[in-house]
Amino acid sequence: MTDVSPPSPSILPLKLDNVEFKADGVRLIKDFTCTFNHGPRSVIIGPNGAGKSLLLRLCHGLIPPSHGSINWTTPPASKHAMVFQRPVMLRRSVEANILYALKLNRVDRSRHDAIIEQVLSQTGLKRLAKKPARVLSFGEQQKLALARAWALKPEVLFLDEPTASLDPSATHSVEQIIDAIHNQGTRIIMTTHDLGQARRLADEVLFIHRGRLLEHAPTTRFFNKPENDLAEAFVNGDLLWWKLGKDNRGPQNKRQKK
Amino acid sequence: MNDFGEAFRLAGQMLIEFDPGLTGIIGLSLQVSLSAVLLASITGLPLGAAVALFRFPGRKIIIVVLNAFMGLPPVVVGLIVYLILSRSGPLGVFGLLFTPTAMIIAQFLLITPIIAALTRQVVADLWLEYEEQLRSLGATPARALGTLLWDGRYSLTTVILAGFGRASAEVGAVMIVGGNIDHVTRVMTTSIALEVSKGNLALALALGIVLLTLSTTINGAAFLLQEKNRAHNT
Repeated sequence: MTDVSPPSPSILPLKLDNVEFKADGVRLIKDFTCTFNHGPRSVIIGPNGAGKSLLLRLCHGLIPPSHGSINWTTPPASKHAMVFQRPVMLRRSVEANILYALKLNRVDRSRHDAIIEQVLSQTGLKRLAKKPARVLSFGEQQKLALARAWALKPEVLFLDEPTASLDPSATHSVEQIIDAIHNQGTRIIMTTHDLGQARRLADEVLFIHRGRLLEHAPTTRFFNKPENDLAEAFVNGDLLWWKLGKDNRGPQNKRQKK
Repeated sequence: MNDFGEAFRLAGQMLIEFDPGLTGIIGLSLQVSLSAVLLASITGLPLGAAVALFRFPGRKIIIVVLNAFMGLPPVVVGLIVYLILSRSGPLGVFGLLFTPTAMIIAQFLLITPIIAALTRQVVADLWLEYEEQLRSLGATPARALGTLLWDGRYSLTTVILAGFGRASAEVGAVMIVGGNIDHVTRVMTTSIALEVSKGNLALALALGIVLLTLSTTINGAAFLLQEKNRAHNT
């Protein structure tokens, strides 16, 4: 973990071109085009059911798009990882959970102990190393999920609402870990519907609604001057009361405020 | 009621005195049933897990067949094994009929579908919970197979115990392929059947009590082991 430079050759940028995902004939992600470059932390926001988690799963390769393409610059084997909203802990100890991920990714055996020691220290879980993972609190399990992903030194880390259901103190700890991961050279792409968290963590914000990308902007500009009126309603907490146009708004009828 | 009282007295006496005839029968019963359970576990656990994890043509038919075979009639299995192992059968040359090996084969055929079908269900349920996480970490279904068998070990212990229960209580198949030969293929269940046919109900009941005691002891030990491990590794 002392090596802060991203592994070479880089898998970024990640390009999504006209991506669509359908389930049971319903288009859940629509005409999604976007590029994730090196550097900034991207936070994807939007109301429940907007397709945020689905988008991360598509990018991470857990589900294939129904249409369009998702292209990494180089083959992404083992270079991106994901932490889920509800982390799944294997029925073994905290350190064995990390060891499992290392073995699975064929990390040099001689480095196992050092990596485990390091990520457990950095996530504040060292004292719990021998404990069964599934008896940890939800917050501790989420930290372990981050530690397990971090141990793999991914170039890109997808985080699906990593602090949903956590109290403010646990949320703060998790955000500190996310910061540390970012500072060590990992590209963060995460979802949240916590606007405060988006302000704290994001360098750029992607606002999606009903599977469409409606705005992609630097954080300051997004929160001070959102260009899309749905995004503005969401930022102001008014989205629930926002009346949809009669044709249910697609990007072609997206109203820009200017 | 007299039979029950006499049965308990006899059972206690046989156990306390380590009756050599009885210990021989108990030893053979355990040898046959545990061997069959071991072989069925080696076959049934990976088979059930593979059917749960892999998608291939005919998978649904295999699931239906495994589920249906959980209720295989022991006498039918006994008859089939008898025909295969008899002198004129395809494996008659090995001379296995009326040996403990024939009894192990019959019990293996009876309990493998039970272990495989229940394992498939346990692993399929676990896969629902684990799939995204394991795939995210880079596990292929082949790699996930071992992980899920390990993580499902507590439920799978119960599956194996169900197999052992079926094997140790089984009488029809081992009677046909073993022949109930004294000191050779006589086990607890066939002894009980024999004593009943002779009208020696108290002795049959006593043997039944010993069989139940044995089965309860093994299940109790497995349960304690399971609880101890579960407390340390939930």
